[in-house]
Formats: sequence, C-alpha cells, structure tokens
Amino acid sequence: MKIPVTFTLNGTEAAAFTDPGQNLLDLLRRNLGDLTPKFGCGQGTCGTCTVLIDGEPHLSCLILAEAAQGREIETTAGLANGPDLHPLQTAFMEGFAAQCGYCTPGMLMVAKALLDRNPSPTRDEVIEAISGNLCRCTGYEPIVEAILTAARAPRHATGRTA
Amino acid sequence: MPVEFRKDLFADERDDNLAEIGKPHIRQDILGHVTGRSPYYDDHLFDGLLHLRCVRAPYHHARVRSVDASAAERVPGVVRIIRPSDVPQNLNTLLALLNFGRDDEPLLTPEKTGYRGEPILAVVATSEAAARDAVAQVKVDWEELPHVLDVEEALKPGAPIVNTTYPNNTFDYHDRYDHQKLRFGDTEAAFAQADHIVEGEYQMSPIEQAPIETCGAIASPETNDRFVCYTSTQALFFSVAVSAKQTALPSSRLHFIGGTVGGGFGGKVDSHHEPLAILGAMLTGHPVKYQWDRAEEMQVGAPRSGERWRIKDGVMRDGRIIAREFTGFFDAGAYTRLTSYGVQKCTGHLPGPYTIPNVASNTYCVYTNRTPSTAMRGFGITGVDFSIECQMDRVAEAVGMDPIELRILNAYRDGDMKAHRRTAKNCALIESCQVVAQKSGWALSPDAMAQSSRVGGGAGWRAEIPETVIDHAGQIGERRRNWIDTEPFAGATQRDRIAAGTANEHPATGNAPQRDDMVIEAERLGFKVSDGPPAGAPSYGTRATAPTPPAAPSFTPPQTPTPPVGAPVPYPNAGPSLPPAARGAPAASPPVSAAPPTPPSPTTPSPQPAPTVSTTPPSAPAGSQDQAPRAPRRPGVSRFISGPRGRR
Repeated sequence: MKIPVTFTLNGTEAAAFTDPGQNLLDLLRRNLGDLTPKFGCGQGTCGTCTVLIDGEPHLSCLILAEAAQGREIETTAGLANGPDLHPLQTAFMEGFAAQCGYCTPGMLMVAKALLDRNPSPTRDEVIEAISGNLCRCTGYEPIVEAILTAARAPRHATGRTA
Repeated sequence: MPVEFRKDLFADERDDNLAEIGKPHIRQDILGHVTGRSPYYDDHLFDGLLHLRCVRAPYHHARVRSVDASAAERVPGVVRIIRPSDVPQNLNTLLALLNFGRDDEPLLTPEKTGYRGEPILAVVATSEAAARDAVAQVKVDWEELPHVLDVEEALKPGAPIVNTTYPNNTFDYHDRYDHQKLRFGDTEAAFAQADHIVEGEYQMSPIEQAPIETCGAIASPETNDRFVCYTSTQALFFSVAVSAKQTALPSSRLHFIGGTVGGGFGGKVDSHHEPLAILGAMLTGHPVKYQWDRAEEMQVGAPRSGERWRIKDGVMRDGRIIAREFTGFFDAGAYTRLTSYGVQKCTGHLPGPYTIPNVASNTYCVYTNRTPSTAMRGFGITGVDFSIECQMDRVAEAVGMDPIELRILNAYRDGDMKAHRRTAKNCALIESCQVVAQKSGWALSPDAMAQSSRVGGGAGWRAEIPETVIDHAGQIGERRRNWIDTEPFAGATQRDRIAAGTANEHPATGNAPQRDDMVIEAERLGFKVSDGPPAGAPSYGTRATAPTPPAAPSFTPPQTPTPPVGAPVPYPNAGPSLPPAARGAPAASPPVSAAPPTPPSPTTPSPQPAPTVSTTPPSAPAGSQDQAPRAPRRPGVSRFISGPRGRR
C-alpha cells in the first residue's frame, strides 16, 4: 500500500509515495534523492539525520514519512543560495569544523535552527544546541567556534562562493 | 626556554618555522562536507537495490547442529539465502595478503561459531524490513559450547578451543612460537642487584571505533562483466584483494570505489562487507547493499583489542631503572584479524622511550570467545604505553622521586642502544617533559631542566648491546600440554635458559629467513652465533627442507647454562671505567672480525645446506660471499631503513 505525501523541501514542493513504516530519512534519500541527511544509528542517538521541520530540528530517522505531510522541511542541500554558501558553511569551512564530514549535515541543521531563533547565542547555548549530535572525530571545539563565528558574521552576508 | 624541535631528519624537506600549527586550514574535501555532497558509499542510488542481513550466533561459543531456512525463504520479498557453501573461498584472514598467518575466519560460518554475533547465513531481500523478518524466521538448532572470555583462562590446559585453526588459543608466530619474545641483557641478574623491585598489573578494555557512518558496501553488476562496489573501507586494496579471493573472481572484474569514509579509526580495515555484497550481486544479478546497523557496529564491529600487562622493574636508589620485564596478553577475540600484527608492533616498542640495559618480554596474541579485535588508532602501542607510564609513576613513588624527573633520568638520549637493537635518534622525550613541566607550572630541579636528549647518550654501556640471556620456553603447544608460566624465563632453570655468551645453537632459532636482509646479524643479537651454515650460507631457502631437522622440544643446551652471577650488570656508572665489549666499538672494525667465529658444536646437529639448489657458484666460501655485499655493519645501522641511503 502506497501513501501519497506532499510537503515543501527546501522551498520547493515535493511529492512522493511512501510505504507504511518508512521513515522520513529514507524517503528523503531514496525517494527524493536528497542525500544530505545521513544514516548513523537509526535510533535517534547520533543526530546526523537531523532536518528542520517548520524551523525546528528533528531526527528524520525517527519520524514517519507520512508525518511530513504539509510541513516545511529543510536540509543541508538547501543551505547554500545557488553558488553562495551560507555563513555557517563558510565558518565550518574556514574553521576546520569537519574531518570525516559525516556528522556535518546534522551539525549544520541544528546550528541553523539555533541562529534563526537566536542570532547571537552564548557559547553555552551553542553547546546545548549541538548536544544531540555526535562527532566521533572529536571536533566539537572547532564546531562550537565555527557556529559562534557564523553568528558574529554580518546579517545576510553571503559567505564564500562555492 | 625555547622549544626545540628535532628536525634533523627532515631538515631539507620543509620549513622549520611550523607556522601552520594551531591555525585552521581549508581541507581540500571540505566543500563537499559542508554542502552535504561528499559521496559516501551509501550516497549512491540503485534501482532495484536489495538488502542483505545476516543470521548471527546468539552465544559466545556454539555449534550449528542444523539450519532450517524454509520459513525464511517464504517471507515476501526474500530473493536469496546465502549459505556458507555458496562462498567460493569461505576461509580467509586479512594478513594472508602479506603471507602472515593462516586463513582462520569464514565469511559465513558453517559449523562452529566463536563469538556472539558471528554470521552463519545471509538473507537478501527487496527491503531491509523483509530481510530482518526473514532473518528472524531462520531456525537454527544451536548447541551451546563452554566459552572462555579471559586471556589467561584461555591459555590454561583444558580451556575451550576457540579457533580450530589455532588450537592452542594463541597465534603461532613463524609456526613455531606461541608468543613474541624480546630479550636484551640479563634481567634476572639485574633484579638481584636492584635496590627496589616494582611490580604492577594494568589492563585496558576493548574499545569500539564507533564511526558515525556504520560499515557497509553496495555491489552491483556492471554491463561490462564487472561488479562495481562502493564501500566504506579504509583500505581499498585490502578490500579488493580479499573480495577477489573470497568470491574467486579475478580482481580485474572488480571495480572498487571508495575513499570517502564517514569515520574509520581502524574499524574499516577488515573487509567483510565487500565480499558478501559482491556475492549477493553475483547470485541475484541485482545491486545488493550490506550495511551494518548501529547494534551490529557496536557488537560485531571489531574493536581495539583488550590488553593485560604485568611489568616488573628493577630500580636503583637514585631512580635508574636497570631491568624491566613485561608479560603481555592481547585479546584477539575469536579470530586473528590484525591482532597478531599488533603484538609484533608492540614488542618493537618495548620498553617504552627509556634506556634500560636489561629488558625481557613475552607477549601473547590470545584467542577468546569475544568479538575479534583489529586495528584502532595506534593499536599495539597505546595499551602498553598507558601501562608503562602508570608503572613509571609507581617507580617514582617507590624511590621517592619526582615523576617527571624520573622520566628525564631514564629517557632515551641520542645514540643510546634500544632493546630491539637500533640506535635511538632524534630523541625528544626530555625536551617534551621539560615543556610539559613548564606549561603546567610543575617545578623541576635545575639539573633536570639542564638535561638534553643530545647530551649523555651513546657512550659506554648506553651504546652497547649487552650479552643476552635467552630461553626457548613457549613453543607451540607446550603451554597447553603442560602448564608453564607466561612470564619471561618462567621455569627457565629447567627449561633451557641459555646463558649469555653461549653459542646460540638451538634448532628453533634456525628459521630460514625469507630475504637476505633478514639474515642474522651476529653483532646485533647480543649473544654469539656459531659460524656454521646458519650465519652465512646463501642457501637459506633450502634449510627449511633439510633432511634431518632435530625435534625441537628435546633440546638441551650445549653448555651448562650458568647465569653469570658475578658478572657486572651494565649499570650506569656510565664513565669510561666500563670497558666496552670487544664487538661493541661502533666505528672501526669490520663485522667479520667483530664476531669471532665459533666452530659448530659437535653435539648439535647443524643442518647441512643442500648442495644442489644454490644458484651461486659453489666454489665461493660461504661466509665471505655473504658478507661482502652486506658490509659495512655497525650495531644499529641498517642499510635498508636509516642512514644516508634512505634519505638522499
């Protein structure tokens, strides 16, 4: 039995048929080809599958695809504006805030949710925001620094060009 | 005090300012990372992708009486069950690629499982959920076997046999020894002279690499009669070779794509996903993905091996360590993987960065019914370094000395002879200690602050290879047949402790080297070597097949092993009063005269080189012919690794 589901993905309308039990992560990756959210644990512990639903970070591996009906979904694929990188991406790039890169999409999404809500967070607030996301290369310090750097960047500044 | 970097070796290779350190750099692959476009193996989409999951052993140690997969085959979506008999070459070991060790691990285990989670059957289905359902439907009649989870329990006679390829529960080094051995000087004589004996036991648990990306691979038939394989591997050419072997395909039919790894840390060196995924693609004709879930990654993924260490130090009142003995156990788990190599690497690292004139170690690669262990970030080194540094603190406590000053006192200095017969070069432990003390506000005495790695090393006893006592206890099977202790020289008075200076005639040391640079260098052993065929003859390849190799365990040493009780232990009165041993004078004499030939002892049957196989002119005298290309030789100088040869 296929269930139709429609939502907004990074500002564009998206539609897919989902199977009962399919999670949003699998739908985004397999059905819609947005490979930026990653599978790390399937249990809600690592955070690398994080996407924004109506602006709030959610673990897409724990959300049924049907639940996305009518929502606004944001992923790392929508961060850059054409060739212009988001200030967070620029800061991660220049601050060496990624090693293997596998946790990076999740980190970027929780950081975006934080800065959208709170443009000048304290260091503690940044740490709190990424506390659900694991980095095994142990680059937390540069990640925190990069998020703080992005917050200090001028509003609406376009970052580096990809 | 300015920080001093030891740049001698790399002086002509890059700038000396090290301005890059502490500053972020832009990685060449980071654009892909921040845009989410880096192509990890799972980021390749295939139409009709099938999913592979394994039926796994629920016990630490068990026998498969029977398997009934008929219900699983009827689960909707199941395409194929892969059985052990479907694997063309089921047995493998990773380091067989380097001709090191025997094939001991099945891809899918037909009969006896050695650890919890060992795969016995694979199910290929159209969805992951269907594959999971089918795995749950496979009925296995298990016979649980007694298991052993502790390394020392596993060495006892009567312990369960974990791995039938290695029935003594130890890796068999060179098909001859159940452990790796290091002997340098005479630890027992030195212990008798020491003011303090400090002993400690240390243990490190297995550590899972836990990459955020779990291990996996996707294989798919290509249109050109090849199979493409996207993989998370850290070691692509290991994976190609292992896959070619286990699927019995020529590697030219395998198209491997890797290189983007979502965290590895050593856990993605073993290749088990690629061969199974390729086999799935071969048997179904469809793309197949074999991806571990998080629970598999943690339970089945090979961790860093657990280690247990016992260290015994002989220490003088002033803090000088004059003897150090190690007994070490690496927990390989049920199969070898890379632990055999970790033990070797570890033995080459002992006794840590300290100049100690008498060192002995026995280190074991032990099989237990735990998850097989493998590479992880400095494996072989980290556990014993932890132990050594804990032990250094205990020594400092025992002699009432500042722990950092104790380290500075005992540290390697340039020119010192290490226990594995290489000269220490570019040492920096003293300087590191000084910087650490400085940065942490730890007061050191002016004398300790004045020390330097460049000063005081390489003279007198520090540069010498001492006369070395050896023993041959611990050949394969000995330990299991009649319980003998694991420590160095355990029971050595009965068990052929061979005194320093006696000829090394034991047949067990007569392993034929594979290459000429592996021929024994008498001057680097610390005990005299007879000048018979073993030392110089070019016909090594034939020795292994010499007609009458003497039976190993029945050996008695040719001379009465009397440990040199009164002999002075090379203890650091350092100065010129200690006469250097004749062969030790590093500079002058050519090695031929440096190692006086001892005629082969008539009591020991020395293997005769077979006359036919040698490709060299038979008229050349064995000794001189071999020596000529190998000169000049000095202790610690290798023409293969160090020195100007390798640098310019």
